[in-house]
Amino acid sequence: MTRGAADKIAITLLGSSVVLILAILVVLIGNIAMHGARQVTWEFITQPPRDGLMAGGIFPAIVGTAALVILMSIAAVPLGVATAIYLHEYTPAEGLSLAWKRFKASKGRPGRKRLFMRAVSALLATITRSAVANLAGVPSIVFGLFGLGFFINFIGRNIDRATQPPGEVLWGQGSLLWAACTLALLTLPTVIVATEEALRTVPQDLREASLALGATQWETIRRVVLPGSLSGILTGGILGISRGAGEVAPILFTGAAYYLPFLPGDVTDQFMHLGYHVLILSTQSPDVEATKPLLYGTVFVLLALTFLLNLAGVVIRTRTRSRLHR
Amino acid sequence: MTTMEVVTQQPSVSVASTPEAGPKTKIEVRDFNFFYGENKVLHSIDLVLPEHQVTALIGPSGCGKSTFLRSINRMNDIIPGARGEGLIAIDGQNLYTPGIDVVALRRRVGMVFQKSNPFPKSIYENVAYGLRIGGVNDRRTLDETVERSLQRAAIWDEVKDRLNGSALSLSGGQQQRLCIARALAVDPDVLLMDEPASALDPIATQKIEELVYELKNNYTIVIVTHNMQQAARVSDRTAFFMLGKLVEYDVTRTIFMTPKEKLTEDYITGRFG
Repeated sequence: MTRGAADKIAITLLGSSVVLILAILVVLIGNIAMHGARQVTWEFITQPPRDGLMAGGIFPAIVGTAALVILMSIAAVPLGVATAIYLHEYTPAEGLSLAWKRFKASKGRPGRKRLFMRAVSALLATITRSAVANLAGVPSIVFGLFGLGFFINFIGRNIDRATQPPGEVLWGQGSLLWAACTLALLTLPTVIVATEEALRTVPQDLREASLALGATQWETIRRVVLPGSLSGILTGGILGISRGAGEVAPILFTGAAYYLPFLPGDVTDQFMHLGYHVLILSTQSPDVEATKPLLYGTVFVLLALTFLLNLAGVVIRTRTRSRLHR
Repeated sequence: MTTMEVVTQQPSVSVASTPEAGPKTKIEVRDFNFFYGENKVLHSIDLVLPEHQVTALIGPSGCGKSTFLRSINRMNDIIPGARGEGLIAIDGQNLYTPGIDVVALRRRVGMVFQKSNPFPKSIYENVAYGLRIGGVNDRRTLDETVERSLQRAAIWDEVKDRLNGSALSLSGGQQQRLCIARALAVDPDVLLMDEPASALDPIATQKIEELVYELKNNYTIVIVTHNMQQAARVSDRTAFFMLGKLVEYDVTRTIFMTPKEKLTEDYITGRFG
């Protein structure tokens, strides 16, 4: 085979895989947009479901999803950002093995305790990093089961035992709060990795400039590092949240309800959710054909919300990029 | 490592200490050693830097002059495994005794880096940074200090009409003078400069050199440079480093006209390095 022929074959193979991916995307989104867009009327997005989910709108599911996403962000973003700042700014850059080697080599010298603390800190960082990496690989249904076992059956029941009259259940059941906590766990790895990535983009020069002016490390982080990486952190946070927004498995056992006559008014209430609503419409309907338009409409709204979040992330990213390269 | 051990490792080159009794001592360095991990990069440095003079540190790449400079404000602390031993004293206070307040030290010892590194903030906020972290928020104090610092760094006239513009919109030479103004704003008495003009064109370089000459009336300046002519032009004293050792330290004129050491002569006449 000539080199020219090999080149042509390579281009054909690579090019066709791109076309294939695009085609799948176009069919998928096109299908949903075609059937879904015309379902989205004012009534559809402002009315609750009627007639045993056979008619009406999806308003409670939209509200539930929004409330869930907001609560989840409140839990996941600060914790994730704080973890990433610690990992990137405070743990020893030389890594565990080198930190340990230096501690061992320091026998009989002053400052040995500091080197030991460095090694411990490096160990902690290594453990945390691998925990984060493993967390990211856990199937989302496992998060759901964990949420049920840990948040509801353990934490919730114990709060009830301590604060409620015997037999009363307030915290020890599925609710907006526990679903948000479970979802936050799922989102955490994304937030942590994205934040660390963003912190890495702040030039070391700037940290040195700040320290050389007599700033403490925390002042340097607060006044130079965080402002410089804020857009990256936001982008990463939004992308993580938008992924969490569409997840159904973690909320199956932790608070999602398939139909509620009321909107959630408290974090202990159950809630409806767009993703879960899709699952219910497609599996629990007595007449699948009749609910199809509703299903398309719900999927369309869910996709639109996720796209909007992603779009916000991309816009923030491009805006800061152009600001940096001015 | 004990002092005795270090003394026995004294390099064979002779170390000229302060040539003539004159101005007050600002920085005193005695038997200072520096390590990166197990790597010894500075060997028993002895130096006495007089107040309100410019001392140039010269030597081939990797000779330890930048490491030495960064030891004077303990910027090397942020490098993992870096460790200094011995004495560097400013106004008689050893920076390497345990418990020294590094943050307070760095407010007294300003630093200008090789690559200008203004913050991605406005010109005004760059200069005000050191004051703000020091808790100064009074607008008048800030305004006055910003103006005074920019004037001292000889950049006021170029930026006074756009103090709220981005520091990143300035030219390289202006950015470097802005960084000098930023360092001056916290009112240090020592100024460390790590090849401050190496990335600049000749005109911007000349401005920096004139500035150094001006500043020495109020500050004790230590400047690392690769440029022999620059060392000869701006400095009162010159220290020649090689392979982590101080080879020769004397009045700049003596170093360049009649060096005592063969190594120094070879280096300044361009036979190596």
